[in-house]
Amino acid sequence: MITKKHKDLAQDMLGFAKQNGCSASRISIGCGTDSSFEYRDTKLEQLQQSSQNQLSISLFVDGRFGSYSTNRIEENELKKFIKNAIDATRYLAEDPHRTLPNPDLYYKGNDAPDACYDKQFEQLQPDEKLQLAKAAVEEVYQTDPRIVSVSGSYGDGDWFSYLVDSNGFEGEKAQTAFNIYASVSLKSDGDARPESWWYDESLFWDKLQKEGIGKKALERALRKLGQEKIKSGVYPMIVDNMNVSKLLSPVISALNGNALAQKNSFLIDKLGQKIASGKWTLSDEPHLPQAGGSRWFDNEGVATRPRTIIENGVLQTYFIDTYNANRLKMQPTISGASILTFKQGDKDLEGLIAQLKKGILVTSFNGGNSNSSTGDFSFGVEGFLIENGKLVKPVSEMNITGNMLTLWERLAEIGNDARLNTSWRTPSLLFDGVSFSGI
Amino acid sequence: MQRRDFIKTGGMALVGAALLPNLLQSCHAGTKEGVALMLAHFGVSENELKKVIAAALEKGGDYADLFFEHTFYNQLSLQDGAVNRAYSNIDFGMGVRVIVGDQTGYAYVENITMDEMLKAARTAARIASGNATVKAVNVSETTFTNYYPFVTSWEDVSVKDKMPYVQKLNDRCFALDNRVVKVMASQDDSTSYILFCNSDGVLCADYRPMTTLNVSCIMEENGKTENFYSNRGFRKGVEFLTDDIVETIAREATEGAARMFKAVKPKGGELPVVLAAGSSGILLHEAIGHAFEADFNRKNISIFSDLFGKKVCDEHINIADDGTIAGNRGAINFDDEGTAGQKTYIVTNGVLTSYLHDRISAKHYGVAPTGNGRRESFRFAPMPRMRSTYMENGNATEEEIIASVKNGVYASVFTNGQVQIGAGDFTFFVKSGYLIENGKLTRPIKDINVIGNGPKALADITMVANNQQLDGSTWTCGKNNQSVPVSLGLPSVLVKKLTVGGE
Repeated sequence: MITKKHKDLAQDMLGFAKQNGCSASRISIGCGTDSSFEYRDTKLEQLQQSSQNQLSISLFVDGRFGSYSTNRIEENELKKFIKNAIDATRYLAEDPHRTLPNPDLYYKGNDAPDACYDKQFEQLQPDEKLQLAKAAVEEVYQTDPRIVSVSGSYGDGDWFSYLVDSNGFEGEKAQTAFNIYASVSLKSDGDARPESWWYDESLFWDKLQKEGIGKKALERALRKLGQEKIKSGVYPMIVDNMNVSKLLSPVISALNGNALAQKNSFLIDKLGQKIASGKWTLSDEPHLPQAGGSRWFDNEGVATRPRTIIENGVLQTYFIDTYNANRLKMQPTISGASILTFKQGDKDLEGLIAQLKKGILVTSFNGGNSNSSTGDFSFGVEGFLIENGKLVKPVSEMNITGNMLTLWERLAEIGNDARLNTSWRTPSLLFDGVSFSGI
Repeated sequence: MQRRDFIKTGGMALVGAALLPNLLQSCHAGTKEGVALMLAHFGVSENELKKVIAAALEKGGDYADLFFEHTFYNQLSLQDGAVNRAYSNIDFGMGVRVIVGDQTGYAYVENITMDEMLKAARTAARIASGNATVKAVNVSETTFTNYYPFVTSWEDVSVKDKMPYVQKLNDRCFALDNRVVKVMASQDDSTSYILFCNSDGVLCADYRPMTTLNVSCIMEENGKTENFYSNRGFRKGVEFLTDDIVETIAREATEGAARMFKAVKPKGGELPVVLAAGSSGILLHEAIGHAFEADFNRKNISIFSDLFGKKVCDEHINIADDGTIAGNRGAINFDDEGTAGQKTYIVTNGVLTSYLHDRISAKHYGVAPTGNGRRESFRFAPMPRMRSTYMENGNATEEEIIASVKNGVYASVFTNGQVQIGAGDFTFFVKSGYLIENGKLTRPIKDINVIGNGPKALADITMVANNQQLDGSTWTCGKNNQSVPVSLGLPSVLVKKLTVGGE
């Protein structure tokens, strides 16, 4: 955990940087521990345990900027490291846009830094963890003759961080995380071994789902048996709540200040304009209690606040940090989203499927990419053919291709099944008119 | 956590992140290799290593190894026309691995003291649960062929020596095409000190250089914006930085971006695909390389698990995975578990002749390890990974191959790929290529995903040209949350049928 020694060291190093010519500097110290247990079929496959430290420092020297990090955090060694870093920074070209944030924007609250830390983490014994991994496997091992391998794992960790800068910002955070994962491989006709997985994760031990992970992985693998590709065509597409992030991610990247500054975004100059279906409202909710991704301040110390990103299809904000605000001559917002939430509809995944006469449910993406300048994308997919409101056939080895702006304009319906154990709380979505290529 | 394995090249992800200074204190003299120097570097003695290994084996492990690493990473980056950001990182530590049968215990420490190392050894030892069976080990220095000789170490130059090349990269892009509006460029290098010791008695040292040069340019024409990138990555010293390499990648990036404006998307569906020589080696990496990694096969979860010794493609095809190409991004003098760098034929005359092994899988199959036991850093246990994966020459010409296709695509620049080991479905993203119409390359194409199935695609390779090329781009391969540098290569080939994205 972060100790007084860590804090004193960080403060001393800020002082040392100043003495050696830095006009400003920022330090973050992080430390934590991890453990993981992977069980396969009848044996423990792998156990791992570790602890780590990291110190990062950003230096503003003679109008120049560099950032440096090390896991060697002994004082004398650090001084040498910082001295070298200052010398290196001095060689660079000047960049007048590099500054610390305006202190008015700093988080100044008194909220507990450990609201996302579970003290039970310290009490858990290795045997208990191993048993969870083993139990995930034993739920399904040898329950079906088609199973060729089952693997289950348990992992946990804690992470503590401390951020301080020469303008007087000081903040810290502690967090725990627990996860259970299972995967099942099956023998099919031919050489293919369809595989699927399931997991749960939580910041809190008591909230971690400890049963049913293996069974769910098996169920997901079984339903993939007999996958084939179908005819190319334009179909309505439902993307399940596990996979929406693949389509959301290019949009979020396009809102980033650096992408805008480098003219590497398909959403330049779109503030206040309609960029997507009127059904889409997307928000950043950084202060949801005990939630993964929640935070009071970003990596510069700037206070987070709830923000509407897209309202009824109209773009409301970009993610602009201090540097890009200076470069773009815009007001800073925040360096990035914390917890993304959708305004949800009234149907769950089954409900979305039930209303489709014909379409494709996408349950996994396989590779592909999106052009950051134009929004043109092409992704591999697998899932199910939907006919008359039912899943009739597993499909795979197909691509979807299109443009991000067109795709999100065709968002037809939003599910009510957002996953709450991740920081991107995506529900299942229905899009009209998506180009699939297959046979 | 998903058993999805991917590869990507650096350029497209060149965000405004890090840049670079040279922070390293030179602490070497003359040769930078040699066990004695490395022992001194990490402040440990042979005797201490033996004690840590003994502690690792005290619960009955069959085998233990210790991996020490000290890596200095530097990056310089340019945006808005000036080299205006530096980033460096230092990573230091050692990992202890204990194996019993197929099972692995692993722990690492960032402070290399006897107390900490013994603690880590006893944590890793818990994978076993009996009494020590391996007697005290003797270690002796093992030396290997050096596949990454360099002239000047990255530790011997500073920011000011490297900056001009990054600046020139920017300036050349702007000079080559007046439609260029933004250039992002970066250069990075890393230097790793490695010391390795195991209970078989191997004690060895390595000094690993790595460097990349990247550029991404944004171009505007008639209100439209496009981007393109180029990069190169090698295990080389400072001599890697030349005006020639700057010119090459500046041209690739600007010519690529210009081509984008004319590019179309093909009509999607199953089409013959001609893969250009060089970076099309991504086909091998995804379609078969991962599925040949023996951990997936010993676990019986690869689509190739039952195909060992069988004919998997045309009898004229030979495919190797090679750690011995001098200065190559996939070169390794010894892998991260002390096995010599080597060249491994995975397909010989069309027959699957070897999986890619680490020590665990080699023992499982009763064969010698193939030098594929690699890890991202001391924070991870090694597993089977590719090095440089390529197909050898056939006897067609590229012209003949293109001429044989009535309606298809020609793919030549790729950004990333992925595979599902069990189902065998793999994909790669074509950043740039051409339509083939009536045996001729016609309009450029762009931004299209291609998907296929490993064994089927391999069997569908019907023509192989005589123009084999290794690709020098900065490929990084991801597996189970560990990234390692790799490279790949291919002569031009015809794959009879793959599913091409399109509208």
